[in-house]
Amino acid sequence: MRHIISLLMENESGALSRVAGLFSARGYNIESLNVAPTEDPTLSRMTLVTVGSDEVIEQITKQLNKLIEVVKIVDLSEGDHIERELMLVKVRAIGEDREEIKRLADIFRGSIIDVTDKSYTIELTGTSSKLDAFLETMQRNMILETIRTGASGLGRGERILKE
Amino acid sequence: MSVELTGAEITVRCLQEEGVKYIFGYPGGAVLFIYDELFKQDKVKHILVRHEQAALHAADGYARSSHNVGVALVTSGPGVTNAVTGIATAYMDSIPLVIISGQVPTAAIGQDAFQEVDTVGITRPCVKHNFLVKDVTELASTIKKAFVIASTGRPGPVLVDIPKDVTQQKAVFDYPSSVSMRSYKPVSEGDSQQIKKAAQLILSAKRPMVYSGGGVILDNASEALTELVHLLNFPCTNTLMGLGGYPATDKRFVGMLGMHGTYEANMAMQYCDVLIAVGARFDDRVIGNPKHFYSEERKIIHIDIDPSSISKRVKVDIPIVGSVSEVLNELIKLIKASKEKIDEHALKEWWRQIDSWRERDCLRYDRTSAVIKPQMVVEKLYAVTKGDAFVTSDVGQHQMWAAQFYRFNKPRRWINSGGLGTMGFGLPSAMGAQLANPDGIVACITGEASIQMCIQELSTCKQYSLPLKIINLNNRYMGMVRQWQEFFHGNRYSESYMNALPDFVKLAESYGHVGMKIEKPEDIEGALEEAFKLKERLVFMDFITDQTENVFPMVPGGKGLSEMILV
Repeated sequence: MRHIISLLMENESGALSRVAGLFSARGYNIESLNVAPTEDPTLSRMTLVTVGSDEVIEQITKQLNKLIEVVKIVDLSEGDHIERELMLVKVRAIGEDREEIKRLADIFRGSIIDVTDKSYTIELTGTSSKLDAFLETMQRNMILETIRTGASGLGRGERILKE
Repeated sequence: MSVELTGAEITVRCLQEEGVKYIFGYPGGAVLFIYDELFKQDKVKHILVRHEQAALHAADGYARSSHNVGVALVTSGPGVTNAVTGIATAYMDSIPLVIISGQVPTAAIGQDAFQEVDTVGITRPCVKHNFLVKDVTELASTIKKAFVIASTGRPGPVLVDIPKDVTQQKAVFDYPSSVSMRSYKPVSEGDSQQIKKAAQLILSAKRPMVYSGGGVILDNASEALTELVHLLNFPCTNTLMGLGGYPATDKRFVGMLGMHGTYEANMAMQYCDVLIAVGARFDDRVIGNPKHFYSEERKIIHIDIDPSSISKRVKVDIPIVGSVSEVLNELIKLIKASKEKIDEHALKEWWRQIDSWRERDCLRYDRTSAVIKPQMVVEKLYAVTKGDAFVTSDVGQHQMWAAQFYRFNKPRRWINSGGLGTMGFGLPSAMGAQLANPDGIVACITGEASIQMCIQELSTCKQYSLPLKIINLNNRYMGMVRQWQEFFHGNRYSESYMNALPDFVKLAESYGHVGMKIEKPEDIEGALEEAFKLKERLVFMDFITDQTENVFPMVPGGKGLSEMILV
C-alpha cells in the first residue's frame, strides 16, 4: 500500500543522506521525496512516499525514528490528510491543439505559465493521482518534458506535526 | 577572561573530562596536533596499535569488558577506511564507542586532497551517528553529544570527524556536563500496562522459556534476569551475545541456542508456549527461518530498548520498549505481588521434557581421541582458569566451541564479534579487555586463520606488556568454511586449506613472547597450567587439533530450530 510519511528533522547537511541511505541499505522503496526548511529555519520537513506491506511500513517508521536527526515522524496516510503535488508539463502546442490543450488545462485547474509559438508550459497542482490522470489525457508524443515535486501533505485539522 | 584553547587541546580536554583512561589509535598527518596535545599530558594514555582495525577492536574489547565507552583515534583517509571494519563490528553488536578521526583541512574538503575520504559518508551506515565538526566553537559540545549518544539507548559507535584546521583554531573551552537534543530522547521505562500484561501471561505459562541476548549484558541486567528466572524456575537460554547474562552452571540454564545451540535450548524455544525474549532480536543465526519458527501456540513477550528490533523478523504478542533492567525489575515486583501462581504441575512436566532433551547429550565428542579435540582444549581452559577468565574469540569453529564449552557465569566475560563475524577481532579485543581489567586473566581463543588477520598486534602486546594467553586451535583449515563445504558443497574444500603457515612458536618468540606447541591431548592441561603461571608474559599456545572435527548441533541455513543436524 502507498504511504505518505512526513518527517520533521534537523536542518543539517547530511540529514537527507541519512534518510536516503537508510532506504537503500534496507531495501525500502522511495516513490518520491521532497524536503525544505520550515518556518523554523533549524528544522526541515520531508515528505516521503513509499510502498510496502504493513510490516515494512512499521519498520520504516521505526528505523526513521532511530535516526538521530529525525525529530518527529508521522504516517499521514494513517488518518485524514491533505496531499498536494506540483507538476510542470511542457507540451507541444501547435495549430488547433493549442485550444484543446488550454481547455484541458482549465478542466484540471491548471494554468499555463509559459507560452511560445510551439509550446505551452502548464502548472498543475493536486493529488498525485490527479496529476497522473492529467498526463494520461495528454497524448504521449505531445509531452516534451515533465517535472514533479512529489507529494507533500499535512494532517487535517488538529493533526499537527510539531516539535 | 576565559582562556582560549586550540581544537586539539579541546579534544584532549574533552576526553579527560569524560574520564577516558585509554585511547587506542595510530597517528597521521591530519591528527598531528591532537597527538601533540596527547604528548603533553598523562591523564589519557594512548595505546599505539599496529593497524587501525585493531584500534577499533581494542577500544571495543575495552568497552565490552568494562561498561565504559571505548575511544579510538585515527587519521584521515586510510586511517578511517582501515577502521571501518572495527566500527561496523561495534555497530552490529551495539557497543558504545567514540571514534575521533582526523580530516583534511576544511578548505581542502572535496578537492580530492591527499589522504582525503568522505569519512562521514563512508561510515554513515555503520555508526549510530556521526559528525563533521567545521567550527571549533562547536567541538566540545559535539564530543559531549558523541559520548551521550554512544552510551545511551541502544548503544553504538559514534564518530567525530575533525578537519586539521579546526584542531588549530581556538575557542573558549567549556565542557557541558549534559546536553539535550530535541531529536534524541531514548526511553528507558517500559509501558506499565504492557508489563502488567506480560506478568499475567508469564504466570499463565505451562511451557515457559526465557531467551536473553546481548541487551542484558549491555544494560547490566544480569542480576535482574537471574532473579526473575530463579523466582519462576523457568528454563533460560542465552544467545551468543548474551552468554554470561545468566550463569551457565545453573541448572536452569539450557545452553546457548541457535545455529550451534544445544538440542535442549532449540527444542524448548520451538515448543514453549510462552517465550520471554529479553534484549535479543530473533536474528537469522538464532531462530533460523522465521516461517519454520512460527507457532500458533506460542505467545511472545519481547523486551528491548530498540523499538525497531521488535516485530522485525518475528511478530510478537506483548512488545515492551524500555531498558531491560528496569522492565525486568518491574516484572519481578509484579510477579512477587501477584496472587496468581505458576502451574507447578505443568512446569514440572515441561522440565521433565527438557531433561529428556538434555539426555541427548548433544555436545558430546570423542574424549579418547589420540589427536587433540578442540572442545577438550576449551574445557581444560575453563578448568584451569576456574571459569573466571575474560575470553575473547575470533570467528569460526573455535568461536562456537568457546561459546559451547566455556561456561560463563558472569557478564562481560565473553567477548566476540557476534553480529558482523569479524575475523581478526580476538587478539586486539583481548588487548582492550586486559587494559580494562589489569588484574584479570584474559584468554583469546582463536584459530590459525583468524589470528593471522591481526597478528601484527603481538607487537602492541609487547610494547605494553599485555600478558594475554592466546589459545590457537590450529586445524590447518578455515574450519567453519571447511565444515560448510563438507556439508553443503560436496566436500570440495575450495580455498579453505591454510597452507604455508608460520611456525607460531617462533613467531611469538620473535615478537618477544613465549610460544608453545601442544600436539597431544594428555599435554593440554599441563601446558595451560604452565602458561597461566607466566603471569607477566604473553603466551601463544599453538594447539594442533583434529582437522576434521565439526561443530554440532547445527541448524542448516533456512531451516527451523527443530531441524538440527546432531552429532
